[in-house]
Parts: sequence; structure tokens; C-alpha cells
Amino acid sequence: MATVQQILETMDYGPSPEQNAHVKEWLARHQDGFGHFIDGEFKASSDRKWIEVENPADGSILGRVPQGTSADVDQAVKAARRAFGPWSKLKGQQRAQHLYALARHIQKRERFFAVLETMDNGKTIRESRDIDVPLVARHFYHHAGWAALRDSEFPGYSPLGVCGQIIPWNFPLLMLAWKIAPALAAGNTVVLKPAEFTPLTALALAEACVESGLPKGVVNIVTGDGETGAELVRHPDVNKIAFTGSTDVGRVIRKATAGSGKKLALELGGKSPFVVFEDADLEAAVEGVVDAVWFNQGQVCCAGTRLLVQEGIADRFYAKLRRRMDTLRVGDPLDKSTDMGPLVAPVQLQRVTTLVKTGEREGATLIQAPSPLPSKGNYFPPSLFINAESASTVMQVEIFGPVASAMTFRTPEEACQLANHTRYGLAASVWSENINLALDTAARMKAGIVWINSTNLFDAAAGFGGYKESGYGREGGREGFYEYLVADWMKTLPASKASPPAKLSGATMATASAATDIDRTAKLFIAGKQVRSDSGYSYSVMSPDGKVAGQAALGNRKDIRNAVEAAVKAFAWSSATAHNRAQVLYFIAENLSARRAECVERLKQGGHSVKQARREVEATLERIFYYAAQADKYDGRIHSTNTKKQTTLAFNEPWGVVGLVAPDEAPLLGMISLLMPMLAMGNRVIVVPSQSHPLITTDFYQVLETSDVPAGTINIVTGQRDELAKTLADHDEVAALWYHGDHAGSALVEKASSGNLKFTWVNDGKSVDWVSNEQAQGHDYLRRACQVKNIWIPYGE
Amino acid sequence: MNDMSHGSNAITRNPGMALTRAMFEGAQVNTSAAERRAATLTTRRSVKKEYQAAWLVKALQCIDLTTLSGDDTRGRVQRLCAKAKRPLRDDIVEGLGLSTMPTVGAICVYPAMVPHAVKALAGTKIPVASVATGFPAGLTPLKIRLAEINWAVEQGATEIDIVIAREQVLTQDWAQLYDEIAAMRAACGPAHLKAILATGDLKTLRNVYKASMVAMQAGADVIKTSTGKEDVNATLPVSLTMVRALRDYGEATGFKIGFKPAGGLKTAKDAMTWLILMKEELGRRWLEPDLVRFGASSMLADVERQLEHFITGRYAALAHHPMA
Repeated sequence: MATVQQILETMDYGPSPEQNAHVKEWLARHQDGFGHFIDGEFKASSDRKWIEVENPADGSILGRVPQGTSADVDQAVKAARRAFGPWSKLKGQQRAQHLYALARHIQKRERFFAVLETMDNGKTIRESRDIDVPLVARHFYHHAGWAALRDSEFPGYSPLGVCGQIIPWNFPLLMLAWKIAPALAAGNTVVLKPAEFTPLTALALAEACVESGLPKGVVNIVTGDGETGAELVRHPDVNKIAFTGSTDVGRVIRKATAGSGKKLALELGGKSPFVVFEDADLEAAVEGVVDAVWFNQGQVCCAGTRLLVQEGIADRFYAKLRRRMDTLRVGDPLDKSTDMGPLVAPVQLQRVTTLVKTGEREGATLIQAPSPLPSKGNYFPPSLFINAESASTVMQVEIFGPVASAMTFRTPEEACQLANHTRYGLAASVWSENINLALDTAARMKAGIVWINSTNLFDAAAGFGGYKESGYGREGGREGFYEYLVADWMKTLPASKASPPAKLSGATMATASAATDIDRTAKLFIAGKQVRSDSGYSYSVMSPDGKVAGQAALGNRKDIRNAVEAAVKAFAWSSATAHNRAQVLYFIAENLSARRAECVERLKQGGHSVKQARREVEATLERIFYYAAQADKYDGRIHSTNTKKQTTLAFNEPWGVVGLVAPDEAPLLGMISLLMPMLAMGNRVIVVPSQSHPLITTDFYQVLETSDVPAGTINIVTGQRDELAKTLADHDEVAALWYHGDHAGSALVEKASSGNLKFTWVNDGKSVDWVSNEQAQGHDYLRRACQVKNIWIPYGE
Repeated sequence: MNDMSHGSNAITRNPGMALTRAMFEGAQVNTSAAERRAATLTTRRSVKKEYQAAWLVKALQCIDLTTLSGDDTRGRVQRLCAKAKRPLRDDIVEGLGLSTMPTVGAICVYPAMVPHAVKALAGTKIPVASVATGFPAGLTPLKIRLAEINWAVEQGATEIDIVIAREQVLTQDWAQLYDEIAAMRAACGPAHLKAILATGDLKTLRNVYKASMVAMQAGADVIKTSTGKEDVNATLPVSLTMVRALRDYGEATGFKIGFKPAGGLKTAKDAMTWLILMKEELGRRWLEPDLVRFGASSMLADVERQLEHFITGRYAALAHHPMA
């Protein structure tokens, strides 16, 4: 042991271990193996297979948990289903009290949870003690509030039922809280599967559920690996799947749930930009990198691992960063002076090691922190690549380890281009002392979370979730709470009576046309122009009386491609002011009203009575006015996040380019009911009109041509519905797709959407009453016409 | 601090340099980021047991044991000097296994008290530091402020804690600030100049950074936060800003500058906090009394109690330690 006199020379920190006797005692109590937590009791697995849980700091075995089988999952879902009725019928206040009790119990055992989390996951005790566990308690408190407020703040909404939740190993208890708290607050029951590497805090929390008096079956926890998760995803009696994890597994889940009617929320991977402008406080930004990349060993989906540094200050910034790396301490995560612990598992260490070798081989310069590493355990040093290029593997691939990759940019414009040039869109961090530059950059980031002069800030009151292939859905805040609710009108929709779409023929047919006037040619409408279809074919549109109402172009995948290209270029619509968009929408209504009679005639051709046709046209005008009115009113919020001198702005941002597949019923009103919310929120749209009644929509482009709609904002492609829908669903530039067709088409769209993980909203073959304001307009449409971006702005002088 | 050279590692005195605005005019300090770093410094590092004891002894060696009151007398100063020489009870020194009785970094007094302190500390290596230049407001005429320095140095003070004219920072009059501090440095001669920025009056961290840089360019040996008389004294974000400024100055010039937080540091825990700040931001070298000082009067008593607790395992009473 060093003497005081010796330490006076070295001035080392010395060891400062967090005691773990209470946790060891708990582990010893469970040395024969943990059980699933089903229906309020711990149960052994049905087939007695076990997963050993390792301490990543030294490879020692902490315990074993059952490998969940389909029978285990089924038992858990059944328990959750039984519990759902009584739980969802509790008064909000009663559910609030249960969540409050859970928050209290977590706080009472805060150090126990922190130490256990550190032993299970390898994260430092500083983080589990100061970040994870306080955020867990905060999440339950916040959602105790939502439980009490559900009925008053969300009238017309109900819980979904049984929620299947699958969480990752990087924030085991925090991700559990993010899943369970809102689900329970809304009145759902859950079956949660923790990650196979890190199941222990979930099981401890299960004990806290018992301790705090939560009714049986409301929370069920089934341990196991990916196969157990797949069983949960497949289970027919689960109403929602919430998944946090890799983009690849997110895709698998999207495909597996396609057509099932299960609601889905995906919080997936990222490769978030960390942009340092020349007028930034460089010391602050250096510390930001520490919190972005070397927090939780870099095993953070929103980690700002792509450092984009303005060229003129890059050398200074790198020098400061290197100096800061010198003081990082890697070691025992239970030591209170440790900055970085081990990676969660040997397989992760291997993956990170391989990727870093690739980075070196590709020519980037590797800098690593000089901290000695323990001889045992999955340790990897804090690492930084400089002189990486956008083509470098380490600039593109999510490493999920303590590795940052840096490159330079010249101008703010270039910074935004580089930042957004990624398949992901989870988070971004922007460093500048110039408020104009900082806010402009934040506004231009295609990411769900933007931190200005800060990074990795979290709070229950703000939504967390990504753009693009980082998934969809939000966790936290009002926007996150909607993920666990369903509008009452959606639960009772009848099955559509529409007949399956006919196979369209481009061949001539010897049926006389009903038209008596000069022949009209319905074309496609792309980039503000009427254009012929690529195929050169048209199909005959039939009236219910067996006559031919006219011909419509038989659009194909190339027409969709052209339409999407036009929409991509029409970005000005998304950045127009809401007032401007409203003006255009009003103008559309004005010009459409001048063609009332023509519309009525066209609708009559489709089989409407005069009365029905008039009603549909009037309802259409009203609906356009409604969304014109909403364009500058469905706006964002300021979230009350839990830090002084900080504002968190939640913006409703358009998806960008979206596809709409319009219903057969109410061919005008249905199409308008989908189109207008999308336009009001700033999206550019490709419309696939009703296949059987397309002509009212092709008439409509003449209205568009006179209404100051910028070219490419609305594009119309007629043709075989599901073929066009599939092409849209497959298209990687399309960010969202609403589909109104049959059940098979809904499944097709959902499955194909897994490519770029676009957001989809499909009708599952159900029929909407398009005249009904309750069913066919309102916030349910507006909310799905945009995605929430939270911009965190700490301030203070 | 001229007597506190650190063996072969002795620092070369900062000669100052021409006023160089490029080193500070574009300086950016983001307050909320500085606050976040400050808040997590002590949650990222923990020092326990014998390490904590050693660190507390180090803290003691870095204390500028201070009395700056209107009612200071020769007797009061003598008592303080006696404590400076023997800050710990013999049984504690023995219990810690120290080879010699440690001493504090310096005694810090008003100019009129310098002769008493010099006499009381004769035969020791403990420096006498004098505040000067119209402390604490610094608003007497420059000529008189310089004369005050001369007098204190003549009386035997080897460190002069000057105050800057805050007006020059608040109006961004860097040339005037530079000229005055440079003149003060010249007046100090061999005595070290510790520049008190009175950061509580400067308000913004950018002002703190700029004033730090001008003071160093003008030849300050040490930059110091506060007189102890402002509404807000040494805070961690201010200290962080100042140590980063002196690090930048060192990187640009090669000279090592000392840092002295003063006012508001009262406990052993505060001492640990600031030592962690120095080690993390500047490194091991800045944990010696030639490069870090704590301006404090009550901190020593708490350090004594904590050291006693380390030895006995029992919590100590204030009255069991001789009063400073």
C-alpha cells in the first residue's frame, strides 16, 4: 500500500471502488437461476434451457436466466391479456398511483439498481448512478402524470392492449423504463424481453413491481435471445411491438409484422453528426465529444460519432481533443474514477476491433487514449480517427463502440450536406456561438433530435426517436405517449366492401364510350406537367352501368420513378412558410369550387347519385379549408425538460417525399382527405388515385395548374394500384406512405417498406367513412403527416 | 512564489508579451457547457482513504492562509503565522507518516500587516503575500497603486496580489488594462504578481477568459479569481475558464502560469474539488504550491478535522485543533 508521503509525490487518484455487497447477496440468492416474470410470479422456463449472464468487466458469471420459448411467451401474453381488462379500466388516478409507487421504489433502491446495472452491462458506476437510474425514476414519475391526464388530455383515445417490447443491452433499465412507463400509463399491459446480455435489472425491477403492489400480469418479463424476441413479434395476440435495437433487426420485425395490424415503433441505429463550427467554444465541443462518443463506451444509438469540423480550426480542435484523451481512464466500471468500462460482450469487442482495423487499412489516422487497459474483460480504448473521408467505412457504419471519426468541411452549407448524407437520422449535435448559424443548422438537420452546444441530453418530457432508417415513433413526451394509444374511431372501422382491384388491360375494347363531348385524354401529372405514361398504354375506366367513362394512363414503375424525382426536387414546398402553404390550399379550394358542376358530373359517372355527388364535393371543399386552416396552426411545442436554462423545441416537420394510395370509396373526398394534411404539413406527394375511379383525380390536376402549386409538389400517377403502391413502398427516396386498399395490399406495402424503413399507415382493408369529420380529418392525419424533431437549446451567460 | 520552486522542475517566470488581441478577442466560452463540465468534474473522480489524506496534505500546502479584515492587528497576524508554520498537530503529522511538518503556501495580508508577518515568519520559507493596488476595488490613482506595491515589496512581501480595474474589462479597454498590469509587474520587481480579476464583477465567462489572457500577456505569474469581497467569489465554471486560458497561454508561449481560486473555498471537499480541476485540466504539475494556491481562511480547520478522522476513524471536533 502506498504511503501518504509517496502519494504526495505521485498524486494519483488511487482506487475508489463502489461496494457491491448488497448486489452480490442478491445474486447469491438467485444462484440456482432466475425465472421469467409472468402473471406476478417468477417461473422457470418450460424447457429448462439457460443463458449465462456474464460480467463484462471480468467475464465472471453473475447468474443464469431462462431461454424463453414460444410456450413461455404465450403464457406471458395470456397473462398480459387477462390483466389488460381490469388494468385499462382502472381510473387514471389509480394507474398514476401505481406508476408513482414504482418511481418511488426505484429511488429507494437507486444504488442497488445502479450497482447491478454496472455489473451486468459494464457501464461505469458514475453513469448508472448519475444518469441511467435517475432518468429511469424520472420516466416513471413523468408517466405517472400522463396516466392521470390520459382521459382529459387524450379524449377519444384508448390503450392498444398487449404490448410486446424488445429492448437492447446498452441501457437495460432505462430502455425498460422508456417502454414500460408510457405503456402502463396509457392503460396497456406489457410483455417485455430484455437483451440476453443484460437481463438482470429487468428482473430486479420485476421484484420492485411486486414490492410496489402492481397488479399481476400488467408487467411480464420473458428472458431469452433473439429467438424469444421473434416469438413475441409473431404472437397473434400482441397489439403492438416496440423495438429498440439495430436497423437490421428492425427490418426483420417490420417484415414479420407486415399485415398483422400490429402497431409498430422502431428506435434503431444511427451515425449521428457532431458539427463543430469555427466560432464554437472548442473546449466545450471537446467535452461534448467525450460525452458523445466515450459515454457508455460509445454503445449509444444516438452517439455523435461523425465529427465534422470546420477546416480552419480542425488542427486546433484535434490537438485539444488528443490532450483530453490523455486523461480518460479506462478500467473497472465499479471504480468511481473510471471514465470508460468494458464493452458489453466479447462479440462486441471483436466487432469494434475489426472495424477499427478496417479504418486503419483504409487510410484514416488512428489516435487512441493512452490509458492502460485491464488484462481481463472486454476493454477497448477511446479511439479517434482523423483524416477520415466520407467514403471511409468508419464514417458510414455504426460502430457501436468508443470510436469517433473526424473529417473537415468548408462552409455551413457543406456541413449540412455531409451531416445529412447518411441513411440514418437519429440525432445531431451542433456547436456554434452564433445563434443564427446554430439554429439554421439545427433546422436543416434531418434528425429526430438536435442538441445545440450539447449532446446526449435526455428527458422523459421530450420525444426521442429518429428520421429515415433510424426508425419511427417517439419515446417520451406527448408525442411518445400517442404511440401507446389508438383513436377510438379506428377500432371499429368495418371491412371495405370494395371488390378486389381488377387486372387492368391496355388493350382496346369494343365498348362504347359514355362521353358525348370532345374526347379528353387523362394523362399523368408529373413535375407540374401533364405527361404521357412511359408504357404508352391506357386502360378503360368503367362506369357501374357497364359503359366506358373514359381512358386513364396505365402508369408503371418508371412513371413512379419520375414522379418521385420531381417531388425530390420540389423541396421549396417543405420550406415555404405555413401561411404560404395555407394560401395555396385555399386557392385550390377556390378553383375547385368553380368546377363544382363538373365534379358532380364526374362523380355521377362513378355511380354516385346527384345528392351523394354534391355532398362529396361540398365535403371536399370543407376539408381543404380545414387543412388550409391547420397549416399554420398544427404547430410544435416547447417541452418542459428537466434542466434549468434550457429550452426544448418540438417541431412538426414534414417527412419530405410521401406516397398516397387513395381509396376507391369517395374517389374525390378520399384522395383529398389524404392529400391535404400531407400538403399542409409541407410534404411533396405522389398520389395514386383510385384505380377504378381515377378520372376525378386527373380532372383535378387542372385545378392544380391554376392554383399556384409549385411544380413537383403534387404528382399523380394512375394505373394498377398495388403495382404502383409496391414501387412506392420499395422506393428509398419515399419517406412515408399511406395506403388505402385491401388487406393483401396493406401487407405488401408494410413488408416492402422495410427497405428504407419508411413510415407506413395502411387501412388493412378497412373502410373509412370519408364524409365523417371524426374519421376522415383531424390530428390523427396531421400527426402522421409529420415527424417530431426535438431541438435542445441550453442557454445562459 | 519565488521561494517555492519545485526542485529541478522549477518554473521559468512568465516575462509577459506584447498585447496580442488575436489570442483572446474571438474567444468563446459557452456558459452552459462550462457549467456541465464543472458539475461533472467531481462526479467523474473520487479520492479515498490514504489517497484522500495525501491530497488533503497537498491542499494544505497550497493554502494562502489569509486575513484581510479591517480589524486585523499585529497579534492576529502573529497567530495566523504561527498556524502557518505548524498547521497540523504533531500527532496527526506522525499518524500520517509525514517526514516533516508541512507548511501552508503563504500568508496573505493587507500591506500594513506585511512587516508583522515578515517578522513572524522569519527563518521559515513561507512567503508573505500582500494584497495591493487599492484592494479590493482598485480604484485609487495608478501612481498610488504602484507606490503601494513598491512599499509592500520593500517591507518584505514576495508575492503581490493586485486587483485589476474592472472598468477596463467591462468597457473592453484592453490596452489600458494591459498597460496598468504591466506597470504593476514592473513595480513588483522580483516579487511575483498575482492578478486578481474579481470575476464576480466581470460577470461573463468570456470577460473572464479575456481578462485572464491580458493579465498573462502583461506578465502575471498567477491569475486569481476574487478578492473575497465580491458578491460571487471563486466558482468552478469561472475557475475552469481561467485554467483553460492559462493552458492556452502556456501552449502559445511555453510559460507556466499559476492559478489561485479565492473566496468561497471553505471545506476540505472544496479543496479536493479544485485539485481535481487542476489535475484534470492541467495535469500533475499544477498540483504544487508554485502553480496552485487556495485563498482561504477557514478551509484549513476543516482539512485538519478530516485528516484526524483518517487517522482515528472518529469524527473530529473543531475545538480539538488550534485556532488559526
